[in-house]
Amino acid sequence: MTTPLEVQGLGYELPGKGTGEMRRGRFLVHDVSFTVGAGETLVLLGRSGSGKTTTLKLINRLLEPSAGEVRIAGARARDLAATRLRRRIGYVIQEVGLFPHFTVARNVGLVPRLEGWEPRRIAERVRELLAVVGLDPDTFALRYPHQLSGGQRQRVGVARALAADPPLLLLDEPFGALDPITRVELQREFQALKQRLGQAMVFVTHDVREGLMLGTRIGLMRQGKLVFLGTSDEFRRSENPECRAFMEAA
Amino acid sequence: MNLWQFYARNSGEVLGLVGQHVSLVASSTAIAIVVGVPVGIALTRRPAWRAPVLGLANVFQTIPSLALFGFLIPLPFIGGIGATTAIVALVVYALLPIVRNTYTGLAGVDPAVREAGRGMGMTDWQLLTQVELPLGLGVILAGVRVATVVSVGTATIAAAIGAGGLGVYIFRGVAVVDDTLILAGALPAALMALAADGLLGLAERRFAWRAQ
Repeated sequence: MTTPLEVQGLGYELPGKGTGEMRRGRFLVHDVSFTVGAGETLVLLGRSGSGKTTTLKLINRLLEPSAGEVRIAGARARDLAATRLRRRIGYVIQEVGLFPHFTVARNVGLVPRLEGWEPRRIAERVRELLAVVGLDPDTFALRYPHQLSGGQRQRVGVARALAADPPLLLLDEPFGALDPITRVELQREFQALKQRLGQAMVFVTHDVREGLMLGTRIGLMRQGKLVFLGTSDEFRRSENPECRAFMEAA
Repeated sequence: MNLWQFYARNSGEVLGLVGQHVSLVASSTAIAIVVGVPVGIALTRRPAWRAPVLGLANVFQTIPSLALFGFLIPLPFIGGIGATTAIVALVVYALLPIVRNTYTGLAGVDPAVREAGRGMGMTDWQLLTQVELPLGLGVILAGVRVATVVSVGTATIAAAIGAGGLGVYIFRGVAVVDDTLILAGALPAALMALAADGLLGLAERRFAWRAQ
């Protein structure tokens, strides 16, 4: 069985302006390597601007890597057309980004429709997924995003990302914009959900408690580099000053 | 002779001029949409073009309409006396609101929505046709509305270069100092502008997707 995600020596340099010395851009991500196996959740933890989100976008090529290689289920990401690659990777963002003019059902069925599934198969898949994320299909399928609460919207966002059953899921602070109670509720459900699904996941957060709760492993980023990679227990015991800083903040 | 007697006696001519006026406005607005919407879309893809293109459209807008008609007369193909020249001038005026509103409408789409669409694997074309245009349609239609209403007024001046339309009565009335004649051209033009404003306003509200 192939590894869902392998990242080797990944780097991203901001395009520099001017000439000579000034021409060298700043590295937002530098020499980041990790693998994520099936059923595993790698939490990328770090302060704002540490390169977590950039790393995610390099994986689904919303940004093009300036160095290194990404393999999805064994295939080199840069050998695939970017749109095809992205349809094989679920993507959940903090702002959710549901299409306001689509019903919940159409939002969830987006990738299957792009992939040309039959309407009936899409409809079945949508009902199945709404149930998976805890939304009653009969109640919610025909609603519009503005008729939902923040928590319901993010549930739809997760269902949309799972629609075409991708081997890999990228989540960028998915619960960051929710109120504390809804957030805890969704974190608990998400933990149960990921055990059932068996997808590989990369989960970006700056909340160390969330990271320790949801991560199989923790990758800690600082100034574009991966400064720690290990299990939650190893993270708790680590002598790395950045790990200590995060543990003290928890 | 009052206005109603004038209309009663010249009903055939009045209807003909109204027809000419509508066709001047409709054809110039249609051309401006066909040209302006793609230009507006292009500006969202090439931000560097935004300032020069909108600047140029702005400059066109500041040329007094009578002067623009005059400038166009000596030009080959698009110039001369008649409806073609008038339509070219009306297109030039209609372009700015349509280009600007197309740009604004698309640029106003929530960046998170656009990122989600791209992240899900939509192509640029799919994102444009399924997300950006539907969401920006209300704003684009607002631009079309402004362009149309302005065109109805500006088209009255087209009579000065032999393009016909309701301006014929207005110019004739000014020349012979006859208020009734001026009103005979101005009143239907004003009603036409109000009707266009009302109808396109309805369409605009129908397609406004500013739900959240």
